[in-house]
Amino acid sequence: METADARLIDAQGLDAVIAVLGELGYDTRGPVVRDGAVMPGTVTGVVDLPVGYHDEQAPGHYQLEYRGDNTVFAWAVGPGSWKAELFPPTQELWRATRDGGDLTFSEPDADYRPLALIGARPCELAALDVLDRVLRDGGTPDPHYRARRDGAFIVVAECGVPAATCFCTSMGTGPGADVGFDLALTELDDGAGHRFVVRVGSERGAEVLAGVSSLPASPANLEGRRQVLAAAADATTRQLSVDGLGALLARNLDHPRWDEAAQRCLACGNCTLVCPTCFCSDVRDTTTLTGEIRRQRSWASCFDLDHSYLHGGPVRATTSSRYRQWLTHKLSTWWDQFGTSGCVGCGRCIAWCPVGIDLTEEAAAIRSTDGAVRPGAAPGRVSS
Amino acid sequence: MTKELAQLVAGHPLLAGLPGDAVATVAGCARNMAFSPGALLLAEGDPADTLYLVRRGRVAIEVHSPGRGQIVIETVGPGAVVGWSWLVPPYRWHFDARAIDPVGAIAVDGACLRQKAEADPALGYALMKRVAAILLERLQMTRVRVLDLYGDDGAR
Amino acid sequence: MPADQGVAVPTGLRRGKDRGTRALTPVPYRVVSRRRETDDVTTLSLAPVAGVAMAFRPGQFNMLTAFGVGEAAISISSAPSSSGPLEHTVRDVGTVTHSLCAARVGDLVGVRGPFGTDWGLAEVDDQVDTLHTLGGTTHAHLRGDVVVVAGGIGLAPLRGAVYELLARRSHDGGGVVVCVGARDPSQIVFRDDLEEWTRAGAEVSVTVDVSAPGWTGHVGLVTSVLGDAHFDPSRTTALVCGPEIMMRFTARALTDRGMDPGRIRVSLERNMQCGVAWCGHCQLGPFLLCRDGPVLPYAGIVAHLLTEPER
Repeated sequence: METADARLIDAQGLDAVIAVLGELGYDTRGPVVRDGAVMPGTVTGVVDLPVGYHDEQAPGHYQLEYRGDNTVFAWAVGPGSWKAELFPPTQELWRATRDGGDLTFSEPDADYRPLALIGARPCELAALDVLDRVLRDGGTPDPHYRARRDGAFIVVAECGVPAATCFCTSMGTGPGADVGFDLALTELDDGAGHRFVVRVGSERGAEVLAGVSSLPASPANLEGRRQVLAAAADATTRQLSVDGLGALLARNLDHPRWDEAAQRCLACGNCTLVCPTCFCSDVRDTTTLTGEIRRQRSWASCFDLDHSYLHGGPVRATTSSRYRQWLTHKLSTWWDQFGTSGCVGCGRCIAWCPVGIDLTEEAAAIRSTDGAVRPGAAPGRVSS
Repeated sequence: MTKELAQLVAGHPLLAGLPGDAVATVAGCARNMAFSPGALLLAEGDPADTLYLVRRGRVAIEVHSPGRGQIVIETVGPGAVVGWSWLVPPYRWHFDARAIDPVGAIAVDGACLRQKAEADPALGYALMKRVAAILLERLQMTRVRVLDLYGDDGAR
Repeated sequence: MPADQGVAVPTGLRRGKDRGTRALTPVPYRVVSRRRETDDVTTLSLAPVAGVAMAFRPGQFNMLTAFGVGEAAISISSAPSSSGPLEHTVRDVGTVTHSLCAARVGDLVGVRGPFGTDWGLAEVDDQVDTLHTLGGTTHAHLRGDVVVVAGGIGLAPLRGAVYELLARRSHDGGGVVVCVGARDPSQIVFRDDLEEWTRAGAEVSVTVDVSAPGWTGHVGLVTSVLGDAHFDPSRTTALVCGPEIMMRFTARALTDRGMDPGRIRVSLERNMQCGVAWCGHCQLGPFLLCRDGPVLPYAGIVAHLLTEPER
């Protein structure tokens, strides 16, 4: 979006944006501090946002720190991605009641109150684009996802303070955002004060911003934004080399690194729960005491033993095979299946892994020993 | 040895493509035989002295068990080879082989063939390669059957 | 209460506002007959409670719901051209399939589908026509041979294909060879159909791994009867379904006979829960088998995937 039309608002202006969205009927959701982490929650104003909070992240580590300054978006990402807003952990699909020998079906309506996602990160926008390809733009759209997604008003907060786990610059998903939003915020907190550069990404974004007192962004403001993003990119030190990555992993299915990662991996599934693109789900039927049948969909993880259940037992019985499935899906076969990477570089799986397994490190290890083979995988060859 | 017998020998897959003199050598040990349905080609425990090249009809490889009667382990058809135990000591059959249909087969005298193979190692090696290929295929198929592929655990 | 909820409507008429979006809601069908194939395999004939039965192509599958128990992916075993009911052949291997096998005539079964790729029978004919046209021969009406190799209940998704092939080829030429392997004589499914196919001109061979008293047929692996089958590998298409090991050995036996791996089609199976590429369970390497399969050519990556442990 052209920065020529960018505007400038302050914290009161952001308050007003949230208020206008609320008046327009949006369910205003944004980052809130809950349980010691930045999580999605209901926001009615800047006061609900993580003002003065900063996060420190590392493999297996996430720590929120309150410094009491006036910054709103000076943290990276929390464990709760926006996936849950559009693709809830559980979703009733239908229910049926018995009526003599017949069944009467009813399905929950997909007429949801439109969501306003305030403070989504550029990597999260990329994640929504990935989910769109699976749940909305494939052959069969999921009505619940589509309704929530298409109705959602998105306010992006560009990244100024990446965490040590972030690698969006490798994935081309941040720290700035160019498309896919209604409004984009860049927080400036320099000698001239605390303001937000606002860029408009849609007509409805323009309409909302028109209802808020703002100034044209000056060249200095735009330069300030540029410097924020440049500094954020510089501070993003973690890297994933994506050059030929899909093919690299596809030809290294017998690499000893899978077993080495599995030595540490608890198969807990945390990485899949915090991942903003993991979409696997289970479908389960239940019957109530009154005989009503309900079918519910719930999030699933490829680390669950039953995920690959095929009459008699799981296909992927070892942790090694399940870790390999997860990582090769994210970085390799996702391309085959959906024409995009399944990873957006948010780093959540690194921070929230209880044992600190880092997919960038795993991929780099395989790249540095491309072609190594675990003992027993191929005759006459040994791992190096 | 008749010319017809040599042609029959040459036409069997085991020997197809071998040089004419090699075929003639094998045919020199061979005779043409016919078996009625139910007739035994070879019987467990008997001295193993014959290689059968099946030309028509099916042959069952069997073993008998008290209370279960004749258990068919494998059936083979035209183009198959029946009887291997003449190859190696102690030259004794381990199973029965019985004609299911009217069976036409070329019976090759095992001792005669061994003698000629010893005398002409090139011929012997050429024959052994072909014999080994068939044995290998039969062994591989037997191994797969041991898996109980279509049973409860194997059905994936 | 939203308008879409809780309103009683006639069974089977309720559909989503925009068709195709309620992909996870089954359509009620009634069991009109059932046939016991073996001690643990049952064929259910289903008719929709309302409206007409679905259109499908041989090789596709449906998600069948045993109401109150759950859902399972089951191959369609009838032929699309058949005027009879929609048939599914179910092996009792788990909770849902146990309930389906126990369904009585008159019971309701939920049906979603059809899903996935099919055996591509139209393409079989096109390929052969193209080859003959390019070759400039005069055999314009001569179809290639089709070899159908099935192991155990793997014959279920092939049954409709065989009927289609026999119907089309009765006047086109081209052989239909059917090789069936079963554990033992009691496990042979579709016995009446096998006889009917023979009468209709197919070369049908049935073999068992383990014989039984009274069995006078072949005893041996399915590849052994395949070795005796009559077909021209240079102009043959093979359709293979059974346990993965059986498909691997069959595909190798066919390529050893000179067949192009691209013309060997296999039907693959993984856990399927949605049928519409949402749930992620049926992944096999680059494939989502409910969308990209179950029928895939045994060429390149598929041949590799079938030998890769734990995929």
